[in-house]
Amino acid sequence: MSKIVVLGAGISGHTASCLLRKYLGKDHQIIVISPTKKYNWIPSNVWVGVGDMKPQQVLFDLEPIYKKANIEYINAKATKIYPEGSKDISSPFVVVEEMTSKEVKNIEYDYLINATGPKLNFDATEGLGPSKNSQSICSASHAVQAWENLSSLIKEMKTGKNKTIVVGMGHGMATCQGAAFEYLFNVESKLRREGVRERAKIIYMTNEYELGDFGMGSLHLKYGGYVAHSKTFTESLFAEREIFWIKRAHPIKIDKNKIKYETLDGAFNEQEFDFAMLIPPFAGVGLKAFNKNEEDITSSLFLPNGFMKVDGNYNPKPYIDWDAEDWPKTLQNPIYKNIFAIGIAFAPPHPISKPMQSPNNTTISPAPPRTGMPSAMMGKAVAQSIANLIMGKDKPLHTASMAKLGAACVASTGTGLFSGTAVSITVFPIVPDFKRFPEYGRDLNYTFGEIGLAGHWIKLFLHYAFIYKAKQNPFWYIIPE
Amino acid sequence: MVENRKPYEQAFFASKPLGFTKFLRTFFFWQLIKFAIINIKMTLMILKSHEN
Repeated sequence: MSKIVVLGAGISGHTASCLLRKYLGKDHQIIVISPTKKYNWIPSNVWVGVGDMKPQQVLFDLEPIYKKANIEYINAKATKIYPEGSKDISSPFVVVEEMTSKEVKNIEYDYLINATGPKLNFDATEGLGPSKNSQSICSASHAVQAWENLSSLIKEMKTGKNKTIVVGMGHGMATCQGAAFEYLFNVESKLRREGVRERAKIIYMTNEYELGDFGMGSLHLKYGGYVAHSKTFTESLFAEREIFWIKRAHPIKIDKNKIKYETLDGAFNEQEFDFAMLIPPFAGVGLKAFNKNEEDITSSLFLPNGFMKVDGNYNPKPYIDWDAEDWPKTLQNPIYKNIFAIGIAFAPPHPISKPMQSPNNTTISPAPPRTGMPSAMMGKAVAQSIANLIMGKDKPLHTASMAKLGAACVASTGTGLFSGTAVSITVFPIVPDFKRFPEYGRDLNYTFGEIGLAGHWIKLFLHYAFIYKAKQNPFWYIIPE
Repeated sequence: MVENRKPYEQAFFASKPLGFTKFLRTFFFWQLIKFAIINIKMTLMILKSHEN
């Protein structure tokens, strides 16, 4: 009997644990350790943040789902990994702290999947975050708070007051531009539906070099007889919806109603606001690692940003030398072969967008996104690899390199069954590969973008389909990642 | 005129959709066709990804 421990129950961890249970017989033990009791379908938080969905529509209890699936669930936070065991325990184990009792336990494992997701690093920017001066939609509770604040603002606008709304990135190295983009257009749509659009000046603040970068180094699409850059379409949508933008920006400090920020040209500026939703940068959750002699080996398992090293090429190199082959394939730790990291928890070898620095040496360029579809596909690949290893199948490990995978992204730009719109984008591959596709880095036959009502239907369909799948309802595994 | 579309303001340089393009974006029957096309394109991309 093998024992597999999965740290985290987000998109990647939940996918991995459920598929492992499907692949392995019931004599193998699967344990999920998660500090949250509920699964959150994060892509729909954007609708909670504008009051178009209730939090219970994006959340459900994990425990009954895992009980049904015969997966052990522990509501706890992992704090330490002992990949060689310790002086007292011969097997590898993780140290966890239970969320309610605060009891500390050692959980032994044969295989470990690190799918902890990120720490939302609000402390990286002074005054950033829902407990300080800005809002977030990174969790359902944050989205609820954002909507409470936005709805109060709408009430004030209905009395004739003009307001300034800023949506965007809370740090020069933040990622998840897609989430900020969606929230921006959903706020704009909500204000129109509430009849107060003319009372609001809406500003998008981003660390992207150009609009449409999305942390993926932007993309090119075939359109109207041209190969056009994503900047063209993104700026067009901003112009159409009368939204202002501040690009190449790094917020330094968020005061109660003012953002102080630096731009890539080295200038320091200020932007006043009445409501701001700013995405924080991500960091690793702060797991520590120790060897058999209980010496700290955290730096051999994790990069300084807290993300776990896997089979990527982490040798620093300039942008011009970046290679698709740098990206991890099997997501297996090179030292401890029974440890894998997936989703946001694995360390990318470098960003996807070209790093940029201001004359003050401030890095202002997005970190690489690795959420949603690629996270789930990593979960599947690692589950397949571990299942093969356990069952003694002499097969190579499965791979899920972001330089080989495509991604579908449906970004809502307003709700309504007959009036909603969304931008549907596919990219292939996620990480541009200029060796395979010399001109644009991507296969333009599989990279496209559309805006319209059909995208909204797809986004809505995906919401229900993926929650159905995550709840392990009949034939859940037919729905692809 | 909207402030950011004034000459040499940021949105002055952006292309804008005409009325018919905007109409098609929410025209039910056109969007039904688009729904099918987008799903086919996404499915092909997903199959291509699973090949790897």
